[in-house]
Amino acid sequence: MTSHPLLEVDGLRVAIRRQDTALTVLDGVSFAVGASQCLGIVGESGCGKSLTLRAAMGLLPPGIERTGGKIRLSLQPGAAPSEVQAGQVAGRGLAMVFQDSHASLDPTMRVGTFIAETVRRRGGTSRSDARRQAVELLASVGVPDPKVRFNAYPHELSGGMRQRVAIALALATDPRVLLCDEPTTALDVTLQAQILRLLNTARTERGLGMIFVSHDIAVIRQIADVVAVMYAGQIIEIGTVSDVLDRPRHPYARALIDAVPSIDGPVGPFRSVPGSPPDPIDYGSACRFLDRCGHRDTACEGVVNGIDGREAGHRSACVHNGTLAHGLEAT
Amino acid sequence: MTVSPPASGPDVVVKSRASRAKHWTRSAAAWLLALTILAAVFAPLLAPADPGQLTLNQLQPPSADHLLGTDALGRDVLSRLLFALRTDLMLMVFAAGLPMLIGTLIGAVAAYFGGVLDAALRWVADIFQALPVYVLLIALVFVLGPGTQSLLVAFSVLGWVVYARLIRTEVRRVREQEYVSASYLLGLSRTAVLFKHVLPNSLRQSFVYLATDMGMALQGIAVLSFFGLGVKAGTPELGAMVSEAQLYLRSHWWLATFPGITIVILGSSVAALGDRLRDRGEVGR
Repeated sequence: MTSHPLLEVDGLRVAIRRQDTALTVLDGVSFAVGASQCLGIVGESGCGKSLTLRAAMGLLPPGIERTGGKIRLSLQPGAAPSEVQAGQVAGRGLAMVFQDSHASLDPTMRVGTFIAETVRRRGGTSRSDARRQAVELLASVGVPDPKVRFNAYPHELSGGMRQRVAIALALATDPRVLLCDEPTTALDVTLQAQILRLLNTARTERGLGMIFVSHDIAVIRQIADVVAVMYAGQIIEIGTVSDVLDRPRHPYARALIDAVPSIDGPVGPFRSVPGSPPDPIDYGSACRFLDRCGHRDTACEGVVNGIDGREAGHRSACVHNGTLAHGLEAT
Repeated sequence: MTVSPPASGPDVVVKSRASRAKHWTRSAAAWLLALTILAAVFAPLLAPADPGQLTLNQLQPPSADHLLGTDALGRDVLSRLLFALRTDLMLMVFAAGLPMLIGTLIGAVAAYFGGVLDAALRWVADIFQALPVYVLLIALVFVLGPGTQSLLVAFSVLGWVVYARLIRTEVRRVREQEYVSASYLLGLSRTAVLFKHVLPNSLRQSFVYLATDMGMALQGIAVLSFFGLGVKAGTPELGAMVSEAQLYLRSHWWLATFPGITIVILGSSVAALGDRLRDRGEVGR
């Protein structure tokens, strides 16, 4: 087994261009994903989860651009990851599953045709072969009657079925790493479980690396091996699922996890995180959670960077990392 | 206490008188159009005589031998009418279809790639839209010389702008859709995405306009031919037939009446079809 990661993101910086100023919204995000490994990214809306995925894919909306950082992808099995340009990796190693399959599938194309064409684009496949592979892909993602569904248009399928098709479509590019942008958020809970199982199967069978972005901590717990918590454009804590979700070290991670009501725990008021994340204009060098944090002191006003998620182990960006860890658990 | 559900009767969709009338007009229009197309396609079989054959039976009123009479050169009016349908329908399709093809291509490429191309398109489109179309149409055909080709060139030169504008708006909307971004992720080039995913999703409005435009093209062709600027002399064409009938308007009514009625029926059928398409489009949205 190789120890090379499949995908390595190194110091990714993304900025919004405004006339002559650039507003940095992703500030040095680094992480790595290995074969059959799933990295979960959690955080509240606007913290940069989806932006990270899009930047990695080279799919930034107009006006937003990558201002720094490297993306390395292992293009051959076992090979060390090498640097790739944005836009080069689409369809050649990276694939993405979106939240809303209704919006992400072309309404004027039959789903089977779409998948078959994607298969063909990899080259060396005849038309009939691609068709057969597309039917197999549809079957493998649990679409019943794949031969019939091959000819369906997206609007003729249910939400869950459409998301399965979207996954089949992503798998049709034979990716090394699958980026999932909240693929289960639009589905009801039973379907969520089915789709998660499906993604897990695909991951183990194909040795896929996976990045799973969600703000649903329960979903992350089910699918991820490693969890990164993002806040205001930085990774502020990373570690294994049990480390981060059960023994968070960063006060924000703690607060985020506590904000999810538990069915087992005592009944009490919802614990929300007071305040709201800072505006990217106000990002300074100090800890970005400063204003909302109950543990702040003068040390927090010094330079506090996001952490490098490529290194192993449970780590947090909080300056009180060591000392607070124990106290936080008691909260 | 239980609440009894409301008594369920058969689902009756009550249609207003207006909507029924609309429905009737439209199905009538569809049938008429279908009939016209069939008549045009099978004109060689249906026509009782050669439309160009001159005889000495000039200016005969409708009779068993010549159902719609004969014209000043002794040609069978029914036969000429059937063959004129061919000319007019064909010209109608191309006079609207070519501008659509050209305008859609230009507009889609400009809107999709944006930048200088798009700015240039908007500039040109503004100029074209400020010009009086009919006057220019006549002037252009006059310069190019009468004939089918110059007709189509003139219609294309003046007609593409509307299609370019229509598709521009739609392409700009569609290119922001997630399935377009998603297609890049599957490894498609920008051009491939434009033709495979953006265009098919942008064409609806253009087709609705095409139907309306065909009606206008039909009238345009008839009018130009009436002025002798359309098809070559001798070619059976509805507008030209009406034009030739001018001299005999008071004495030989059938010469102008039948082609005239045909123009009206054909024009309104195509227009009704356009309305229908437009309404469908609105419901589908």
